[in-house]
This record gives sequence, structure tokens and C-alpha cells, in this order.
Amino acid sequence: MTASTLVSGPHIHSRFNVSRTMMAVMMCLSPATAFGLLHFGWPAVFLFLVTIAAALVFEVLCLALAGKPILRFVTDGSAVLTGWIVALTLPPWAPWWVGVTGAGIAIVLAKHVFGGLGQNLFNPAMVARAMLLVALPVQMTTWVTPIIGGPVGTDFRQALAITFGGETGIDAVSSASTLSHVKSQLDAGQPMQAILADMGSLHDQFFGFVPGSLGEISAFLLLLGGIGLILLRVITVVIPLSVLGSVAVLSGAAWLIAPDQFPPPQFHLVSGSLMFCAFFIATDYVTSPVTGLGKMIYGIGIGALIFVIRSWGAFPEGVAFAVLLMNACTPLIDDYVRPRIFGRTRAGKPIELRDMP
Amino acid sequence: MLSAIASMTTLGVGLGLLLGLAARRFHVETPPIVDEIEALLPGTNCGQCGYPGCRAGAEALAEGSAPLNLCPPGGRDLALGLADILGPQAGGGACLEGMEETAQMVAFIFEDHCTGCTKCFKRCPTDAIIGANRQVHTVITDACIGCDACIEVCPTEAIIHRPKPRTLRNWYWDKPLAGDETGGDTRLSA
Amino acid sequence: MSIFPFAGRFDPARLFSFKGGVHPETRKFLTSDCAIEDMPLPSLIRVPLQQHIGLEAAPLVERGDAVLKGQLIGKACGPVSANIHAPTSGRVIAVGHFTAPHPSGLPVLTITIRPDGRDEWGPRLPRLRPEDASPEEIAAHIAEAGIVGMGGATFPAAVKLNLRAKYDLDTLVINAAECEPYLTCDDRLMRERAEEIADGAGIMAKALGVRDIIVAIEANKPEALAALERHKRALGHALKIRVVPTQYPMGSERHLVKTLTGRETPARALTAELGVVVHNAATAHAVHLACRYGEPSISRVLTVSGRGVARPANLRVLIGTPVAEILAHCGGLVEEPERLLMGGPMMGQPIQSPRVPIVKGTNGVLALSAAETREKDVMPCIRCGLCVQVCPMGLTPFELNTRVEAGDLDGAARVGLLDCINCGCCSFTCPSNRPLVQTIQHAKGRLAERDSRKHQQDQARRLAEARTARLEAIAEAKRAAMAKRKAEMAAKKQREAEAEALVAEAVEATSRKEATK
Repeated sequence: MTASTLVSGPHIHSRFNVSRTMMAVMMCLSPATAFGLLHFGWPAVFLFLVTIAAALVFEVLCLALAGKPILRFVTDGSAVLTGWIVALTLPPWAPWWVGVTGAGIAIVLAKHVFGGLGQNLFNPAMVARAMLLVALPVQMTTWVTPIIGGPVGTDFRQALAITFGGETGIDAVSSASTLSHVKSQLDAGQPMQAILADMGSLHDQFFGFVPGSLGEISAFLLLLGGIGLILLRVITVVIPLSVLGSVAVLSGAAWLIAPDQFPPPQFHLVSGSLMFCAFFIATDYVTSPVTGLGKMIYGIGIGALIFVIRSWGAFPEGVAFAVLLMNACTPLIDDYVRPRIFGRTRAGKPIELRDMP
Repeated sequence: MLSAIASMTTLGVGLGLLLGLAARRFHVETPPIVDEIEALLPGTNCGQCGYPGCRAGAEALAEGSAPLNLCPPGGRDLALGLADILGPQAGGGACLEGMEETAQMVAFIFEDHCTGCTKCFKRCPTDAIIGANRQVHTVITDACIGCDACIEVCPTEAIIHRPKPRTLRNWYWDKPLAGDETGGDTRLSA
Repeated sequence: MSIFPFAGRFDPARLFSFKGGVHPETRKFLTSDCAIEDMPLPSLIRVPLQQHIGLEAAPLVERGDAVLKGQLIGKACGPVSANIHAPTSGRVIAVGHFTAPHPSGLPVLTITIRPDGRDEWGPRLPRLRPEDASPEEIAAHIAEAGIVGMGGATFPAAVKLNLRAKYDLDTLVINAAECEPYLTCDDRLMRERAEEIADGAGIMAKALGVRDIIVAIEANKPEALAALERHKRALGHALKIRVVPTQYPMGSERHLVKTLTGRETPARALTAELGVVVHNAATAHAVHLACRYGEPSISRVLTVSGRGVARPANLRVLIGTPVAEILAHCGGLVEEPERLLMGGPMMGQPIQSPRVPIVKGTNGVLALSAAETREKDVMPCIRCGLCVQVCPMGLTPFELNTRVEAGDLDGAARVGLLDCINCGCCSFTCPSNRPLVQTIQHAKGRLAERDSRKHQQDQARRLAEARTARLEAIAEAKRAAMAKRKAEMAAKKQREAEAEALVAEAVEATSRKEATK
């Protein structure tokens, strides 16, 4: 009843807040993460923890430099989530400094340089991924075959050596990810059917028994998490559907035209980081459009770019670049695609009654 | 080598001629800027800018000897409008900081002190003071432009400047206190 | 309730209502089973003369006058204004300025009455038989009774009834949605006085000359619905009772009409454009009282609720009863409330002091505890787009907010600032707790102020020009007078000179004659 409470309504609030959103995303990410950690063993666990810790440290440093209330912003969960996502996009046995560099790029360059939470134009995790991919092509493309049933062959000491000692996987089975394998085989002049027959089953790819990034291998668990996000109303169905849909349609069309040159759509859908991107990356609030139609345009753009980069680009996987390119379009989409104001036409004029039924 | 020099020279000369011709052909007579400025000014000739009347103020603005924020009744919007015409650096630039926040000022007469001398009443440029000889004067708030002219002439110093009083009709919500980046809530800051 | 209550249920009826809206916890259970009770006479009554949209009423009594219940004490000024009547008998102890029941706490002209306890009626309004009265007579009677929209908008009801002169009307909608959380006063009124509300609706339909009456009730009020179903006939009209989905802000006129008819009211226009006039259920009840019993608008039913109140209740109170006395009647406060509000929690206004009186548009008094109000930590906007999803007006609140914060009022106006209805859905749902509504209201106020300043400057310019012209005219007149006087002087001098010359000549002639003699 003092003057300090003189604020306008509404005087009640939904229980939805920033940290709850972040927590929901982490919850939905955890099955795929757990699967990845289990299958790539201790080195992956170390890398995951180091990356998140680094993200937190960078966040605190940036907040201190910017003079913002540290505790409130660190506890909102956004830095942890960014670190988490960066870790999931890394090769699981990458050395620790790759994780730290990635977290640094994401938090410092992509987030705080733009003004912190909510101000960044580009998705921090994808900026980190793209920069690492360009700067450290060797470390970023050294994949290991997941070992079913846990860290066989890498005990705790060996794992420490892999992550922190600069050892490059000792006697681990080093292999190419499915997408790069297909790409190199195609470049070598193999027909698509032969390449596919040579590779693991689609089933393995869907459930994640293939080499790949730490958290992106299990399309199934990511799909499950994504559906969880939609059910929790954290994200809407529009972006995932348009990303996956456009990739499926484009790759399907290409495959029908030239089955020798293009992998079938189901291969596209379950490989690489497409599923991860569709549910967890492209749906990032800060860097995606806000209206339904805008989201659809954005999602279709990402899907199309992913397909184009995968088919004709220099890199086997194009998720990071596709997302960044569409991030750049977001302000434009938001400016042009606005909701229609109640009682007005799309052009902003009051509706005329003659037009009404 | 020679052909390159020749062709570049020809090109340069040709384009230069074209530009020169265009400048003459499409020459636009700049409109008398003073009239344009004067149209923007309030036109009440209150003299708060220190120039005798709005016309003189406009002339001073045009020749760059007056700052853009010279006109208190016009406020920030006028300063912005002038900057559109004259460029932001005209008259040495002007600081618009705080101009938005300054409340509109109006004159107020302490009736106890008023002797009814009619001096202010005669001086008011907008006839915002009513009164008669030997009768207490009062200000019509809605017509007052806050120009100070009456304050200067009052022999008993019965007139002051004060912010235009807020009423239920013109009240509106304050801008919410910034609680985010600027750290409105310091309770949690480490 | 899970930890993620935003994973709400889905009601298919919402597909056919309007886009956006939110579903706050209604917390109506606090008072929905409390029957309406009459509050005893308060010890002091303060009746503000501005309880409606439009001009302040003019006081008709002076300090020291004795007034009787129902006596006219404030006369409507101008076309959009409303009469004010004494809520009880007693003595006027002050006519002056007192804190308004308004967030600003600015003073408003108020008549303070000390009740004498007899509650003695003065002459009532002339009884009106609506069955025989003409629409004009009914509207005039309702204007006389000082009835205003009791849902909170406080627009004079008679003015709305006279819309038939300008528009082709066919439907009267009785707005019984009561979409604001906590409030149950309309719900209770419908349960207990369904017949009277139906009668009031019939009278208003007659005044409007419309065919159809639709009563719109939100789906969460089955008892009120059942009560109204029993009283569906009024003055030859059959009430159509329509259940609308529970969705805030269903009570907004234009959104209710959209839900009922599927038609959108054009921006900046009245629902009357569509042939629909919307009145609140409580207004219908007040109309019934005014026409059948000659009772002017001197009391209303309101909900007293919130966790801060010891005994939440629905009360019939006299207009002008101080909030403090209402709270005391309800057992006082159990804890110092975080917010003391008039109206509902979404669009209600905070009041600065519990001494302010309730007015005709007050449908609730809420004392919200800290746990009930919104969380305080404001975070930066994360562009989640929820505000865009829930905005029933199809605006982009986060963008308006950003523009206003950057000082770009014109830009904000261009993207729909002035279409905002202050419903609060955006702030309610904002995960960053940003005070979007307040920012938008602030910007609207600034725009209005700017417009009025511009208007005033034009006026000042005209005044200055008029003054210059006048001064010049005076100077001209002076000059003319001076010149005239000068000319006259010259003429006079000349005449004198001539006369003198004549005299001199005569003298000379005489002297010459004498000399020759």
C-alpha cells in the first residue's frame, strides 16, 4: 500500500518464466545427452562438463564486465543451456580446449558482444560450431564409433588422457560420420545404392548406433525430447515441422529424379544434426521469428539450406550455416510478417463492413 | 598501355562533363530557409529564446548562431524538426538529453501578492492572463505557454513558474522502472 | 498443477472465439459460494462527482445541507456525463477535493456525507411502465437515474441506448462473461436475481428497439446459466443464452461480439457498427431497479477477495463507501497486502490509500498477498513471442515495448500502439516479467500529451496572432483618433484665425469709419 507498489496491471502472472523455460529445454535434452554420454564413455563426460563449466565462467566474467547483476542472470539457466548445446555438437572425444573455445565463442562473441541475453542476432551455439568447424577442421571431424554398453576400452585414466592429455584416441576406432562417408564416397564416383548398402542400417542411424557428434546421434531420443517440448508448450510445432518437412520434400524430390546421386529422404532425416536442429536449435526464441507464418518461412529456409549445403556444399553437414543464414533473415521476416491487428486489414486499415459476410 | 590511358582519360572527361551539365541542368533553387523555420516555430513571439520574436529566432537559426534547442515551448519535437532542416550540428549542435522529461511549465499567480496592476495582463503574448485594474489576476493554464514574460514584469513578484499541474484527465502511467540490465533489483547482484 | 502449468488443457470451443487470450487461474472459488449480503451503513460516504467517462458532474448541494436517499446531488454536464445521487440520507459535511479512486491519487471533486442512520428515502424517480413507455422515455429515465456501465468502463448507459439514432441495431448482448479472475459479483447477481436482470435486459432492448437479446456467460458459471435458463422471457423478448469459452479477455466488448457473431468490429469503431450493443449484466440490473422501483444508481454489488482479506465476500454496498470500511466489514486484512486493487487483477487499478471510496464502476476490491501477485524480477526480453501469441488484438507487444523504450513513439504508433486495449495478456504471460502494459500505457499517455501540446501550441499561435491584430487595431484606432483630433485642432485654429481676422477687419473698419466721421 505504499507508493512503491504503484504499478499498472496485470497484478497476477503466469508461472512461466525464463529459467523454467531453460529447465524444460534441458529436461527434454537429457535423454539424448545421457545416451551420448553413455555411448562415448568418460571422454565425452569430461568434455560435456568442461564445456558447461567454461560457459558458466565466461558468462560470469562477461556479466561482471558489463556490470549486470550476476547471480540473477547466471541462475536463469541460459548459459548452462548454451554450454550444453555447444557440447552436444562437438565430436565426443575432442580435447578439452575445443570445448572451452566453443563455449567462449558462444558466450562471449555470439552473446555478450551483442548485449547479452535476448540481444544476440545469431544462435550462440551455432556461431561456435561454425567457427570451430572452419578453424579446427581436424579436431571437429574426428569421430569415434560409439561403444555399445559403455566405455569399453577407455578406463578413467585413458579418458583423462584423451580429453586433457592431448592423446588422439589411442586405439579407439576412428571413423567417418555417415554424412561425410556418403559425401566422400560420392566424390569417389560410387553410386548411391552401393554406398548405402555398404553402411549401417537405417535402424542404427535412427537410434544412434553410428559415429557422430556427442548429442546428435540418436534421432529417436531427440525426436522424443522435441515432442516433449511441444507438449510442454515451450515451442510450437511450426518450426520443427517446416524444417523437417522441407528437407524431406526437397530430398525426396531429388532422390526420385536421380537416385544415383542423392540419398533417400529418410536417410536425410535421421542423419547428422537435422533432428537436433529442428527441435532445439532452430526453435531458439531469441534468434527466430515470432509469428507463426514467420516461423514457417524461417523453418522452410533452414530446411532448404541444409539440403542444398549437404548436397552441393563443401561441408558434409550444413546445419550451422543454414541456421546462421536464416538468423540473419529473422529481423527482416519479423518486419514483414506481422499478425493482422484485430479490426484491421493486413494493410493496417480498419476493415470495411461491406467485406464482411 | 597508351590505349588504357587514353580510354580512362576519355571516360573521366566525359563523365565530368556529364556531371557538370547535370548540375547546371537540374539545379534547384534552395528555398528561403528562414520561412520554413519560422513556420515550425510556435509563432507566439514570446522572446524566451532571447531574440525579438519568432522571425528573428528563425533568422538566427538559419545563419547558425542559435542552438537547435533554443525554443523551450517547442521542446524536443521542435528541436528534432529543426535538425531535419538544418542538420544536427547546426548552431553548434544541441543536447536533447532531458528535454523530453521537462514538464510543460505554466505561470501561476499567488493571489495574495497580486495588486491588480495589469502589467502582466498587458504583457502576455497569448492573452492567458485575465484580470482588470485593481482586481486579482489569474492564469488560464490551457492558454499559457510558459514564456516567463509576466514574471519579469510583475512588480510584486507574485508570479512563479511551475510544472503544469497533472489532472485526472491528463494523467498517465510513468514509464516502468528499468529492472533489467541496469540492475533495478540490486538485492540479488553479487 | 504441475510445475509447468502453461501446458494447459485444450478447449475446442476456443477455436471459434478469438485469436489469443490467456487462461489465468480464476480463483473464483474464494467467493463464488458467498451469497450477496448487504453491507451496513458506513460511517462516512464520499461521493466523487467523476464516476464516469466524460465530464465531471456539477454539485447541487453545499456544505451543511441535509440530503435524503436518492436525492440528486450532482447534475450531469454535457452529453457524456452522468447524474449523481445521494446514496443515503444525512448531512453534507464537505464539498471539495478528495483523493480519487484512481492510481494517480489525484484529487477529484467529492461530496462527503455523514449518514444520519435513518436511511430515509427522498422522492424516488417517477415510476415508469416500460411496457407503455417509448424508447426515448426509457433512455431519458435511465439517464436521470445516472446509470453507467458497471463492468468497469463506466460509459453512461443512456448514451449507449441512444445509439439507435445513428446505427441500425438488431442485437443487445448482455455481457455476463466476467472473465477477470477473482470476481464473482456478476455471477452471484445472476444466480440470485436472474429474473430482474432479464427484465432489465428486456427494458434496454425496448429502448434500443432491437429484436434479439443474447446473454453471454462463460462456461465456468453453470449455476448462473441454470438460473437464467429459468427466466428467459422478458418484455416480449426471448433471451438467447449463449455459453462462451472461459478465456480472458472474453469480457472485452469487441471480442465478445466476435465470439458470438464471428464478426470483427472495425478498428476505432463501436460494436454498434455491426448492429450490436453490449451492456453488462449488472447494468441491466440497475436499469431494472431504476424503472421498476424508481431507484437511481446508488449502490452496487462487488466482490471483496484476495488472500489478504480475512473473509472474502460478495457485498451490496452504497456508492461512496470507503474501501477501508468494506475491508473492515470483511474481517479486516490478515496480512499487509502486496497490492490493494479496485477491479479485477488483470485490468484493475491499484489504489494508494484505503480511504478512497468505491464508485459505480468498481466491481471488486482485492487485497492480493505477495504470493498472488506477479513475480518481480524483470529480465531482458528473450523474444519468445508468447506476447504475440496471446495478444487478442494481434499486436506485437514486445516490439511496442522495445520501440517505446528507445523513444520511438511514432514507430510504435505505426505498428498499432493505439489499438492496444490494456487487457494485460502480454504482461501476464511474459516469461521475463516485463511490464509491457505499463510501458504501452505510458506511451499512449505521452502521445496524447504530445497531441494536446501541439493543439495548444496552435491555439497559442492563434491567440498571439489575435492579440497582435488587436493591438494593431488599437494602435491604428489611436492613430486615427489622434489624426482626427489634430485635424480638428487645425480646423479650429483656422476658424479662430478667420474669426479673429474678421473681428480685426471689423474693428479696423469701425475705426476707419470713426476716423472718417
